[in-house]
Amino acid sequence: MQLLPKLSVEKRLLPSRRLTVAAPFVSTLVALAISAAPIYQGGVNPLYGYYQLLYGALGNKLALTETFVMFAPLLFTGISVALAFTCKFWNIGAEGQLYAGGLFAAFFAVYATSIPSVVAIPVMTVIGFLGGAGWAAIPAILKVKLKVDEVVTTLLGNWVMYYAVSAILFGPWRNPVTGWPESPAIAESTVYPILVPGSRFHMGIVVGLIVAVAYYIIIKRTKWGFELLAIGGNQRGAFASGINVPRQIILAALVSGGIAGLAGVSQVAGIHFHMKTDLSPGFGYTGVVIAMVGGLNPLGVVLASFLMAVIVQGTQAMHRATGVPWALAEVIQGIILLCLLVGIFYTKFKVRRVK
Amino acid sequence: MALGPEDVTLITGILAMTFRMSVPLIYGTIGETFAEKSGILNLGIEGMMLMGASAGFLVGYGTGDLWLGVAAAALTGAALGLVMAFLTVSMGAQQHVTGLGLTIACAGLSFYIYRITISEVGGVPPHVEPFATIPIPFLSQIPILGDSLFNQHALVYLALVLVPVAAFILFKTKIGLSIRAVGENPQAAATAGLDVFKIRYLCLVVAGALSAIGGAWLSLAQSGMFLPGLTQGRGWVSIALVVFANWSPFRVLGGALLFGGIDALQLSLQGLGLRIPYQLFLMMPYVLTIVALVAVSRRARAPAALLLSYKRED
Repeated sequence: MQLLPKLSVEKRLLPSRRLTVAAPFVSTLVALAISAAPIYQGGVNPLYGYYQLLYGALGNKLALTETFVMFAPLLFTGISVALAFTCKFWNIGAEGQLYAGGLFAAFFAVYATSIPSVVAIPVMTVIGFLGGAGWAAIPAILKVKLKVDEVVTTLLGNWVMYYAVSAILFGPWRNPVTGWPESPAIAESTVYPILVPGSRFHMGIVVGLIVAVAYYIIIKRTKWGFELLAIGGNQRGAFASGINVPRQIILAALVSGGIAGLAGVSQVAGIHFHMKTDLSPGFGYTGVVIAMVGGLNPLGVVLASFLMAVIVQGTQAMHRATGVPWALAEVIQGIILLCLLVGIFYTKFKVRRVK
Repeated sequence: MALGPEDVTLITGILAMTFRMSVPLIYGTIGETFAEKSGILNLGIEGMMLMGASAGFLVGYGTGDLWLGVAAAALTGAALGLVMAFLTVSMGAQQHVTGLGLTIACAGLSFYIYRITISEVGGVPPHVEPFATIPIPFLSQIPILGDSLFNQHALVYLALVLVPVAAFILFKTKIGLSIRAVGENPQAAATAGLDVFKIRYLCLVVAGALSAIGGAWLSLAQSGMFLPGLTQGRGWVSIALVVFANWSPFRVLGGALLFGGIDALQLSLQGLGLRIPYQLFLMMPYVLTIVALVAVSRRARAPAALLLSYKRED
């Protein structure tokens, strides 16, 4: 009598395409089913809770525009991480690059009072991009030149940048008007215009979608994108076929950091109008979840960003309606990722029962 | 220059704080050393610490027995280590992504469970009477060092015992040799008859339990209460410290005292009202580690199979 069935694990020749597409959807459903347990423990009927979540994220115009406001930074960090992961540069530093982007953009935007919007907004956006790219340059160069593992350096860099921002905002740049640890207000000419009247739906959301299209074009239509995919698939093979691997990895890291920097710009210019110490509640880390759930695919990343925005925004609504702690949003996001990792296993391996 | 009584009090205070600040780092980092020596980078450590702090507090508060709290934390951490092992070892999932997912889920869950278990009355968070200090006879009479080192909580002493024990296990026992073999070259280790999966599972369970105890120390001994994000990134500091300490338990102790000392100094300077940005101290462990990584990059001594999955590579 055998207690556990014997299993054999066989590698599939190619990852199953059907399962690859199905995995994120199934993982999300399984994660929602698992998360029903803590909701039930919190004294709320999970079905009612999830109804509140969906209604609070999508139920009316205000809810929907707020979900889009949450969507913007997640889209930037999701694409940022996806681009880097495509060539296996494991950038876990989107959080720090976001802060760098916001800080640099604010350096310009606070003092751009006499510059018209048509000039100020693009310049600020580019400066923010360069800020994020610059912060990503350090781990990229260390990896390529000295073979220093980028997982650790990008991760630790987040905290270095966070404390640097905090030192600046608590020190020399503390808001002189309010005394809060935030920069002075940015010039009005640098504020991202509101696109849906009566809401906070700002230009940053459109910039995010443009970046998503650019990511699609890079990956599907350009030589550079093809080379990044080749490096991600087989670094030695890519090197042997004449691709300048170090150069392309550094370039990918810079662009990845820059896009994460745009998330910071978008938050500063779109909704806060100051550089703040709590600019991000972890968008950079959620970006990793999004990139994985989106399968590094441009459309997938857009959908996954929206899904995460719905979860974050909807959980806040569920919290207001039922009192369930909003920390549930993190629980659901984390469990989706963990379930997806199991799903990815099944796309690569066949598991059979052995008699 | 003679030391006045105020100076002695100040130095004793900073030293005592140094030891206390380094305790969660010692537990977390020794655990992480086991995981990484076996070839697994455990980025779930921050979440494991938070869950340990939460579970430890809830059980300690509920039962009134702090040691039961510590045991509950260790069990919770061990269970999370099993989850990490299942995904990274059995399923071959990417280690950094798995760890991050675990940390995100646990960061939320630790606060969620606390909040639905304890409904605060009047805005005052409940707290437990933290562990009492146990002065060690005779040794606690030594000036300065006696009051700071030999008049501490039991968990501080245990942390100091943990260091040589971990070093002994890793470098002087058969199981330690197996762990290092699996972390350096799992294929060769398997050929020699070692069960790579089992050893990595074991190390992650130990890593989870130890880091959760480090977290429980924060809620049960240091503050006597639980707050969201109470670890303040100490899990990430532990990741840094393993590298900084070159994967050696004794250097972990030195590094933990250094990082703990920086933290204690920062708090004391803030208390004295000196206008040095304390953030510069807080970023120091991370900067030092990156510098150390660069310094040793030419003769990298990380376990060779770190971050590589065994039998599951795509």
